[in-house]
Formats: sequence, structure tokens, C-alpha cells
Amino acid sequence: MSGWPENPKYLGKRTLRVDGKEKVTGQAKYTYDQHPKGMLYGMILRSKWAAARVNAVDLSPALKIPGVKAAIVIDKTPRDIRFYGQEIAAVAAETPEIAEEAIRAILVDATPNPFVVTPEESLKEGAPSVFRNRQNVSTAKTRTKKNASQGLADAAAVAEVMVSTQVCVHHPLETHGNVIDWSTGDEMTVWASTQAISSVRRGLAKPLGIQQNKVRVISEFMGGGFGAKFQAGVEGVACAKLSKEAGAPVKLMLSRFDNHHSVGNRPCTYQHIKIGADKNGKLTGFISKGFGSAGYASGGETAGGGGGAGFPSPYVYDVDNVESSQVGVAINAGSARAFRAPAHPPACFGMEAAMDALAEKLEMDPVEFRKKNTGHEVRLGQFDIASEKFGWKQKYKKPGTSKGVVKTGIGCTTGEWGGGGKGSQAEVEISSDGTVEVRCGTQDLGTATKTSIAVVAAETLGLRPSDISPKLGDTRYPPSGGSGGSTTSPSVCPAIKVACDNALEELKEVSGMANVTGANWKKACAKIGPDPLVVQGKWREGLSGRGTAGVQMAEVEVDTETGFIKVKKIVLVQDCGLLVNLQTAESQTNGGVIMGISYALYEERVMDEQTGVSLNPNFETYKLPTLADMPEIGLTLQSMPERGVIGIGEPVTVPTAAAIANAVSNAIGARITSLPITPAKVLDALNGETPAVEKLAWDRVASLTTHGDFINLDKQEWIA
Amino acid sequence: MKEPNSNDDKIRFSRRGFIKTAGPTATAVMAGNVDQASAEMERERAEKPLGPGPVAIELNVNGTVHKVSVEPRITLLDVLRNELDLTGAKEVCDRAQCGACTVLLDDEPVNACMMLAVAVQGRKIRTIEGISPNGKMNKLQEEFVKHDAMMCGFCTPGFVTSLTNLLETVPTATDEQIMKACSGHLCRCGTYPHILKAARAAAGRTEVPS
Repeated sequence: MSGWPENPKYLGKRTLRVDGKEKVTGQAKYTYDQHPKGMLYGMILRSKWAAARVNAVDLSPALKIPGVKAAIVIDKTPRDIRFYGQEIAAVAAETPEIAEEAIRAILVDATPNPFVVTPEESLKEGAPSVFRNRQNVSTAKTRTKKNASQGLADAAAVAEVMVSTQVCVHHPLETHGNVIDWSTGDEMTVWASTQAISSVRRGLAKPLGIQQNKVRVISEFMGGGFGAKFQAGVEGVACAKLSKEAGAPVKLMLSRFDNHHSVGNRPCTYQHIKIGADKNGKLTGFISKGFGSAGYASGGETAGGGGGAGFPSPYVYDVDNVESSQVGVAINAGSARAFRAPAHPPACFGMEAAMDALAEKLEMDPVEFRKKNTGHEVRLGQFDIASEKFGWKQKYKKPGTSKGVVKTGIGCTTGEWGGGGKGSQAEVEISSDGTVEVRCGTQDLGTATKTSIAVVAAETLGLRPSDISPKLGDTRYPPSGGSGGSTTSPSVCPAIKVACDNALEELKEVSGMANVTGANWKKACAKIGPDPLVVQGKWREGLSGRGTAGVQMAEVEVDTETGFIKVKKIVLVQDCGLLVNLQTAESQTNGGVIMGISYALYEERVMDEQTGVSLNPNFETYKLPTLADMPEIGLTLQSMPERGVIGIGEPVTVPTAAAIANAVSNAIGARITSLPITPAKVLDALNGETPAVEKLAWDRVASLTTHGDFINLDKQEWIA
Repeated sequence: MKEPNSNDDKIRFSRRGFIKTAGPTATAVMAGNVDQASAEMERERAEKPLGPGPVAIELNVNGTVHKVSVEPRITLLDVLRNELDLTGAKEVCDRAQCGACTVLLDDEPVNACMMLAVAVQGRKIRTIEGISPNGKMNKLQEEFVKHDAMMCGFCTPGFVTSLTNLLETVPTATDEQIMKACSGHLCRCGTYPHILKAARAAAGRTEVPS
């Protein structure tokens, strides 16, 4: 099936990134690098209170400073501030330094309010309310299937784990922001660092009262998003307003500090899981209670959008008797946003910790145990391939049996993701000299979308990728939607193929030739005439697929004297559907694994309960791995062309952290219950300290999660 | 990463340099020698009467001397990006944590976000644009493209600048030297494995030890 060529020349092979040269020579111009003539610098004044009532904002002292060209209040006063770093006012000035002085000159009359910045505190009775007249805890969402209590009662062994995962911040290296020219007050040109030029256009047009067709959004190069850059944002709307008021283009890029507080994060989770299996290792029952926080709006219906605090539990494995209940807890902190595979990495960590604990009780090999609990054929095969490549059988030792000061351990986990395509459009322009431009209003997040366009067009038109001039990142091109949920490739590639197929048909008609490709290409194109041939195409069903499985295994070394963890090796097996470009798919897969390592060992937003401030808003304290922290990474990317194109950006990051955590637990013989796995937590586990997550008021959580809307498992949508 | 050359008598101060000079002064005050401390501060003020308004300076960037007028508080990175439109060096953390703003100062990699423009007059500044004149790639850059050692590309010029410097100094650099050269650089997309491969290849090693 699938409609893609059976013996492709370029699909699934290696094609070099088409804009690699521009990136390595520093010529690629990102939003941050734009500098239209007469440009001013914008900056935002942010709240220094975690909660406050802003009574009035006086911009006049700022406007008196020479070089300040515009100042605006973000929202009408009086208003409530719900997190440290929330936007209050913005200015545009001739230099960044003047803008900074202007920000400091603005007078804010505010009354600080009590606040709560951790979900543990927010759950407690009498905690300060994040929203007046609304409790911090949402209605429980519960999934039930058959009889979970009976399932556990019937089990030969039951394991119980309590785990927690941290808040992580996306921190793309290019911060959020825009350069906007609305100086005439009529048409608006926007350079946006975004994952969705189309939604930035809509997001600016509506609040600013400007027609969408007067807003042009450009994003040819963008410095990373990871789910946090879909919207125009407060900063985008403010930038446009400043440009109009000043009558000049304005650049408003957030600082790293701003980025840390106000443009999204991955929610934290707390999970209490009981899981049982019969003596053959078949799961019989699963009960989980949990909560998480997507920031100040958590508990609201749409908190965090696709990045809300809910997570699938149980995760992946087949279990008949289920009761799983969760609440969202609001805190005074910035709102969550979708973060690479929203909800899956924490869900995977909790489930796989429970699976390992149960395998240990049953005295079964963790991989064999897992294989008994999935009927997914691709996944079953992946367990075998990964075991073989990793040498699982040779390496596996029972938990805690590694000798010496530096102990080794291994762990195995699996994940899933949806992906899939949607209605993308594209157009092909063929000129009489045989040159081809392919245009699509998508954007390239670094995932090599531009290269994929060239690969698919070359394959379809019978040319080389280097013959194609791919264009994207401009709302003047045919619309393609946002780049999220691993949907870009499965949306864009079919549209390119259909447009190219259509173009070939038209070229046949125009040239009067039955065969226009290969040696006939130039001759056929010569008959096009003075105006190029421009042909459109639309995504259609059948060229893309959805649903992926992946298995990962990790090997670690743990120094039991210092708690230091070195990840030695990660083996990954991932179902990719039709691989478009092996070269760049490997890059993206490495990236997913590395982000998983970072989630496992390093990253965490730390909030101070006394001040309501995040203590680590930059990279000296918000830790990311470096080149020297890299393990050996072994990739097996399974191409399954018959399934069509499926995005892989997200699935590849899901199992990594859980695999590392299980490997550490295997090495030290004590369960790791909390991410990130810092040396201190390792030492605490070795010393038999009760983990913090086990000290939580789980009785209260249970009482909060047992009343609420009971929703049938099959009807429950957990992921946007 | 090296401090500015201290035996050069040109006016220069970096944020770190400021802390270094402020240190002894503070120590002197703590020791009770107030007169000595104030005399020292007085002398410093007399020696460096720049600012706060813009001052005319000359910067030798990529072999061309540029005349710009900037306030003494402006960083080299801001002058490169905002005044000279050399935007290859990126602002990411603005505090020497990520390496995206790396430029070569007298053939040593430095974080341009931590250098004041007035302090680097008379020094040889080389940016990613100077490393790739007219977009011409060196061997390392070609290997970066070949091994796809980039994704979003925002950190890439910084890595290329530090590694170019390493390979110009040590053409057959070891893995350890490559890792050290990259130690001040962060990548969020996770391109490290391919960066290592590209750098090894540029150092003449195609065999990848596991």
C-alpha cells in the first residue's frame, strides 16, 4: 500500500541537510538576527511577586527617558498576578540598555498576596488559593476498567511504588520572541521564532483587530522549540503594539531569565502505583493515584493545552483491571506547555518503575516479564532486537548484586506515540529552464523539514535533492499547520508528493509528452513557456500513518561513594514508518535520547517556597548535559514503508529516562523514585532513607482523587 | 577560555576583570587600610575616564578595522550583532554558560557576551564569518555538514569556532582535546554525537573507537 515508490532512490537513504552550509558558516538568519532599518529594542517588565494585585502601572517615568519610543501596559488594571515573572508592561527603545533603564523606571503599585509554588504545599488544606474563589485542586479524572481491587487480590505478587517527576523547562537556545514591523499600522511583517507560523498569524490578528491577510509571518530558521513555541504569546502581541505605537520595527526577544519563567514547562507528576501479576507474570490489576501541576492554570479545563498535568496510567502494557485517578494542582508558577511527547516520559517512568519492582518480586527477567504483557507485535520484536544488540542476557544481574564501589546496572523500557498527518498543502513551481521551487507554509525546527521537502520532491520528479529549491517558513506559502505532535513529516511529505505528482501530470499536458522525467525533463520543461508552471497539492490519506513503538535499554555505572552516575550505553529500537531521510532521522533520534538523559539526570526547575522565585533560571544552575556526558548510543531505526510517513521526534525521547532510572536501581539494589536522579538521591537510596515522595500525604491525595467524574477508559482522551 | 592578556597596556576590562581588580580593593578596605583603598579607586577613575556616554572605538574584526561609537558598558557580542550585523555569534544565556557567542580573541576562544567592546580594541577578533570568508567552509565545517552535526543550528557557530581554533592549533586533536574544547558549549537539540564524529574526521580520524 502507501502509494510511495517501492524502490526509492532517495527516500530512506542519506541526504545531507540542504541548509547545513548556512548553519555552519553563521549565515543562517534567525529571528534573533533580523535587523530591519530603524529597528527598536523591546523589553518586558515582569512581576517580582509570585502573587499580587496590581492596582496601577505608571509608564510616564519610562517615557521621559531619552531614546524610549513606546511603552504599554500588558493588561488593564487592577489585575491579579499569579506567578513570578508574569508580564506587566513593555517598552521599546533605541538600545537594549535604554530599554532596560526604562523597565526599571516604570512604577507599579501592587499589593503582594500569599502564594504557593509547590504542589505538595498546594494540596494541603488552607493553602493560599491561586485563583480567588476556586480551589487549587481540580476535579478528579478517573479511568476504570473491570475490577482493579479484585485484580490485585487475585495476583501472585503485588508491587507498590511511589514516584515523582520534576518540572522541566524547554529552554530552546533561541529564546521566544519576534521582530515585528507594524510601523504603518496597516500591513504587518513578523519574524517569529515559532513552531507554527499559521497560529502566530491568527494569534496576532485577533487581539490586535487586524485582518489575517494583512499579517505575514516569516520563520525560515528557528533555534528550537520542543513544544513551547506554538503561540504568538504575550510577548508577540506586546511587540506588535510597541511597533505600531513607535512607528518603527521592534525586536522583542525574551531573555533566558524570561524564558525560564513564562513560556512553558513540562508539568511535574506524583504517582502512587499498585500493580499485580499472576505467577506466570501476566498482569492482573493496576491501581494508581496521582497528581501533577501545570502551573497557575492547573486544574482549569485546558491548563497547559496539550501539555497538561494528566498522564496515561497504566502506560503501554496490557492490563484488564484498572483504576487510575488523577488531579491537577494549581501553583503560583508559569503555565505548562506541550513539551516533547507531553505526558509520556513521566508516565513511562512510573509504569516502568512498577514493572521492574514487580519483575523483581516474581524473580523474573525484566525483559521476559515485559514481553508477557504486550500483544504488540512490533514491540515484541523490538525487545528481541534490543536484547541482541545490547547483550541483555549476558549483562543482566539481579538488582544489587553488582560488586565493588562503582556498580553497574541495566534497565529496559518501552514507549509509544501517535504522530500522523493532517491537511498540509504545498505548491511546485517549474520553470522553462527545468528549475524547481517547492513551497510549503511549514517550518523547520531543526528537524530538517526543508531537506525532507527536497528529498520527496526529488524522488517524485525524478531529480536530485540538490536540484530542488525548497521554501518554507512564510505564511505566503500554502498553509501547513503547526509543527508538533510529530506530525510535521507525515503532514508535509504527502502534500509535497501529491503536488509533485500533479505537477508531472500538468507538465505532460503542457509539453504534449507522455514521459517528462529523466532524460526528457529539460525538453519537457522547455515547452512550459515564459511563465512557470505552478501546481498545488494537498495531503491525502494513505501516504502517512500513525502509532509508533520503541524500546530502549540503558547501561549505567554508579559510584556508590559519590552517587555519581555515568550512562555508558543506550540502545534504541524505534519503528519509524517510512523513513524519509536516514541522515537527519539519526540526528533527531540522538537528540531524543540525549533529552531523555537530561530528564533523567540533570534538569529540574527549583522553586523557593519562601520567596516564590525559581532559583535556577539560567544554565549555570539549570543543568544540561555536555558532549563529555554522552554515552555510546546505538540506534536501530526500523523502516516500515508500507505504513507511510510517521513522525519520530517525540517517541524517541519517551523511554530513555525510565531506562536509566531502572538501570540505576538495578545497579544499587534500591529503587530510584524521583527524577532527576542526582548524586544526593543515589546516596539517600543507598543509605535507606525514606524517599520524599513516600512521605507525601497520600491519604489526602486518595480522598481527593476518589470523588469526581468517572470516565470510561476507552472514551478518555489523555493527550491533545 | 583565557583572560585578556594582562601585559598589554591598552585599556581593557571585562566583567570578570572588574571583579579581579575590585577584589584587592575590597580586601584593602577590610584590612582597615581605607586611605590606600580610596587612593587606588581614585587612581583607577583617573585612568579610565570612559563613559557613561558613547565613545568612539576601533575594533579589528576579521581583518577589517571598524569604527563604532558605543557606550563603555556595551558587550563585544552586542557590537558584533547590533552594530556590525555579524550575527553568527548568538546570544543565548548572556552569562558565559553556553558558548553560543564564542569568538576568537587573539586566537583564543572567548565568550563575547562577557567582553566589553571598549576593552578589546587593538586585539584581533575573529568571528564565524571570518572563519568562513564569503561562506567558504573549512574542513571542519565540511565534516559538520557531512555528519549532520547540527539540528536547529543555533549553537553551531559557537562549536565550530572553538573546534576550528583547536584544530588550527592541534590538527590531530584527540577525543579528550575535542571534549575539552566543547566543554563550554551547550546544545539543546542533542547533536553532540555527530559533533564528535565531525571533529574526529576533521582531525584525520575516520575510525571511531567505541
